[in-house]
Amino acid sequence: MRLNQIIWLNASDMMKREVELKVVNLKKYFPVQKSFLERLFSKKIEYVQAVNEISFQVKKGEVFSLVGESGCGKTTTGRLIVRLIDPTGGKIFFKGKDVTSLKGESLREFRRYAQIIFQNPYASLNPKMRIGEAMGDPLEIHGIATGEKKKKIVFEMLEKVGLEPAKKFYGVYPFELSGGQRQRIAIGRAMILNPELVVADEPISMIDVSLRAKILELMLTLKDEKNLTYIFITHDLAVAKYISDWIGIMYLGEIVEIGRKEQIFSTPLHPYTKALLSAIPVPNPKRKREDIQLKGEVPSSINPPSGCKFHPRCNFATEKCRSSKPSLQLLEKDHQVACHLF
Amino acid sequence: MEALLRIKNLKVYYYLREGVVKAVDGVNFSMRKGETVGLVGESGSGKSTLGLSILKLVPSPGKIVDGQILFDSKDITKLDNKKMRMVRGKRVSMVFQDPMTSLNPLMRIEDHLTETIKAHQKVTQEEAKEKAALLLGEVGIPPERAKDYPHQFSGGMRQRVGIALAIALNPDLLIADEFTSSLDVIVQFQILNLMKKLKASYNMGMIFISHDISLVSEIADKIALMYAGQIVEFAPADAFFEEHLHPYSEALLNSVPNVQLSDQKLSYIPGMPPDLVNPPRGCRFYPRCPYAKDLCREKEPPLIEVKPDYMVKCFRYDEKRS
Repeated sequence: MRLNQIIWLNASDMMKREVELKVVNLKKYFPVQKSFLERLFSKKIEYVQAVNEISFQVKKGEVFSLVGESGCGKTTTGRLIVRLIDPTGGKIFFKGKDVTSLKGESLREFRRYAQIIFQNPYASLNPKMRIGEAMGDPLEIHGIATGEKKKKIVFEMLEKVGLEPAKKFYGVYPFELSGGQRQRIAIGRAMILNPELVVADEPISMIDVSLRAKILELMLTLKDEKNLTYIFITHDLAVAKYISDWIGIMYLGEIVEIGRKEQIFSTPLHPYTKALLSAIPVPNPKRKREDIQLKGEVPSSINPPSGCKFHPRCNFATEKCRSSKPSLQLLEKDHQVACHLF
Repeated sequence: MEALLRIKNLKVYYYLREGVVKAVDGVNFSMRKGETVGLVGESGSGKSTLGLSILKLVPSPGKIVDGQILFDSKDITKLDNKKMRMVRGKRVSMVFQDPMTSLNPLMRIEDHLTETIKAHQKVTQEEAKEKAALLLGEVGIPPERAKDYPHQFSGGMRQRVGIALAIALNPDLLIADEFTSSLDVIVQFQILNLMKKLKASYNMGMIFISHDISLVSEIADKIALMYAGQIVEFAPADAFFEEHLHPYSEALLNSVPNVQLSDQKLSYIPGMPPDLVNPPRGCRFYPRCPYAKDLCREKEPPLIEVKPDYMVKCFRYDEKRS
């Protein structure tokens, strides 16, 4: 692990763009809730190993997508990055500064630069707050603007996310809006502080197909305008292909492959990545797909398999995969994979 | 060949305090035995209501207000509940979206199956059990798990049970409503392959309802695209993905990310689907249509057969034909 880490860091030193976010051996275990009786009879505490020692970095102005199936730890990783939850282990660096254990005022200061967009726009907006108040609140919390000045900034942001006339939208309540409009509010609220890093957790999965492209386009426009860095969390590789520069594939709390978007799609290495790619439906009944069938389903992350966590479902598993855990290694420029086959 | 199912001018309305929601408003289509129709549409387009009405399971305050559903040339809208019960499960059955809520948590997997079999066939408990074991094998559930309860099964395994239940009585038509939507892609792929296999070996017709047009393309022989309570395009799947003649079909396909394309330019459809209490008077898509003309605002276009088996509900093809 350590050796690979060094190679990887050296490789990154040669790149020109500034590193905006770096995550090193990040880990999050959640204790399993037990009933009173169970606790009485068993002293052993079990943990869900949601995120298990993952490392990656993202450069300024780039979009890094975390892709995986439900329960792979992608959302937990996003929440760890903006410090909504505390990691069990590992470090998070933002602009070279360790933000892993920020507290109080300095954590608030950090949040000014790192914002999150949640998946469900029906749950992420306070139903009793008018849209204008909800969007302007961050400005007051951070002491940037109040009163008329705040209103002016909110108006500008409403227009920017395409909710016009801004005057009308300022005074409405969330229930008066559609899912797509709500998600625009959520995006606007995340952008209003002029953040530099934005974690977007499945921002379009609850939105109708015909409107998804509109939200993606809005996110890309805002990114170009402000040179933002995105961590884009999604289960949908087709969406990831559209929006990302980099893609990290997660399986059971670990990153199994990282590469530039083109690398992941043209030369996928990990057997899991290959299976994921072959399973994506394509709007073309005539295409011939590589038929990679996987055995079974994702196992529990409470007692994950030994060695490589993917081995029970892998078509190429050997004895080594059962006993020892592969770590990420750089196979070609920018392309890392965690698999004993390589 | 004789049609297995023929739907004529079907209208299903929900009577709410806010007004009458015209969820399905004048739908016509027919399908042959063994054929798979992919019924595609966005949320609120009426696709689920259409599926439920074929089983006469539209929840109150919804009602079939007009039209015919001819199943094997018999109009099932006229059947009473008792007669309908003999159709459900045996002739037409359904797989639901959420396998967690469609199974009884207090019943063993095996009992779900034997109960269904015994309700329709005069067999002994032993015979029913044998049949159940056979069905579970068919959907890939190991025999030792037959005595388990639903909560012991994963999402994909539960959906396999749902499928076993649906095919237990050898139906002629299976309605699958978003039945892989709650599953992850890899499991979705497994279930889809299983479905293809069973469809062929049972020679079952299927209506595959989904919002995901990419997914539908993997299994459907015909595509029926719904918009605001109506079918706007009905065509053989291969032809549909090549031609997609209706402006809505074109716009929808342009808004779907496709992993096979590099540097794809996605577009979106401006505006929103109409309110089905007060739908637009003419064509329901005209407020969002780039080709809309005055005629579209005033008159509803008919479903035009542009070539054999290919129907489009749009005036653009009326001109071309005449």
